[in-house]
Amino acid sequence: MYTQGLDSLGKECLQQEGADSGVLEARFQGKVDADEKIEPKDWMPDAYRQTLIRQISQHAHSEIVGMLPEGNWITRAPTLKRKAVLIAKVQDEGGHGMYLYSAAETLGISRDQMFEQLLSGAAKYSSIFNYPTPTWADVGAIGWLVDGAAIMNQIPICRCSYGPYARAMVRICKEESFHQRQGFEIMMMLARGTEAQRRMAQEALDRWWWPSLMMFGPSDAQSKHTAQSMRWKIKRFTNDELRQKFVDITVPQADYLGLKVPDPKLKWDPTAQHYEFGPIDWSEFNAVLKGNGPCNRERLEARRRAWEEGGWVRDAAMAHAEKQRRRQVQAA
Amino acid sequence: MSESKSEWPLFEVFIRAHSGLDHKHVGSIHAVDTRMAIEHARDVYTRRQEGVSIWVVRSSDIVASDPAEADALFEPAKDKIYRHPTFYAIPDEVKNL
Repeated sequence: MYTQGLDSLGKECLQQEGADSGVLEARFQGKVDADEKIEPKDWMPDAYRQTLIRQISQHAHSEIVGMLPEGNWITRAPTLKRKAVLIAKVQDEGGHGMYLYSAAETLGISRDQMFEQLLSGAAKYSSIFNYPTPTWADVGAIGWLVDGAAIMNQIPICRCSYGPYARAMVRICKEESFHQRQGFEIMMMLARGTEAQRRMAQEALDRWWWPSLMMFGPSDAQSKHTAQSMRWKIKRFTNDELRQKFVDITVPQADYLGLKVPDPKLKWDPTAQHYEFGPIDWSEFNAVLKGNGPCNRERLEARRRAWEEGGWVRDAAMAHAEKQRRRQVQAA
Repeated sequence: MSESKSEWPLFEVFIRAHSGLDHKHVGSIHAVDTRMAIEHARDVYTRRQEGVSIWVVRSSDIVASDPAEADALFEPAKDKIYRHPTFYAIPDEVKNL
């Protein structure tokens, strides 16, 4: 998984609802405040619906695009075991995308509309997948750091106010833990290996550390819509809270591996009981979001090719099913 | 994009986790027919032995109650607390009741 910028509400959130919807809205907020779930057919403010459609579909797209950087290594995994594990993990990411697309569809958007938004570039996906995976250690670093950051982001969403999203997240979180552990195990093997292997692990950590911290989205000060998302209980913690938690649990893991987190300002603050870390380069984050990361074009191109080349399969399957139906009707 | 606009139909998926349990709704899946729906549901919803049996049904065939009518439908049961065993006061010395 892989959400980010969970507070990216659109302009429709700023529109005023009609006065007559005030009662409905109050009842809706009452349910949310009482920790009751909102289900697909329940009344909900349009801004809530649009926010969820955007967030869930972008989350789904991230899962789907997320298959690409790791899929890159399936044919070159170092052992048969690693290959089986990697295939299972990539298949899980595809499955997570499917759970999430179904959850989004309950809000009234179609699967094809969502694909169109992804392929046209209108919808975003997590910026982390626009980075390349030049070595096998990158597969380990993705599992350990990227999936680790994802888990941190996703566990609170299991308690999201929208029922179908919350239920999809429960399934996803159960599966995500395997992803992180297999990644850490790869890093452990490399860190204990030859000098060249250890260096490979260190370089992968150097590449993925900062992009992983960026996965939590802009800092709270820049994050205009956090308050609304939290009021709706779509979001439970702020970006900075989650990022801090991630740093606090991950740095000791890096220490265990004997690897160095690439941040000269990183240090333990015993009074706060937190790690202090250096400033994040948001200009890089914004450039990648705007489409100028190392692999943005390649990723979208791969998705477009998959969609176009699969077109005849989708059409043929439909035609075949139609034919079978007609035959059954005739035979009856 | 150049493909046809005919999206594969949507199916709701229900899974029996173990024999002895009810089938439970787990989500939905797109497929051209029921057979493909079961195969896709297998791949998407049972990668870790989550089920021993799958039901699929076209989403368009499901008829659901309207949340706006929830009060009219379910309210009448609210004041019939005499339907619950705890409504009846039975002295402690009476056993097996």
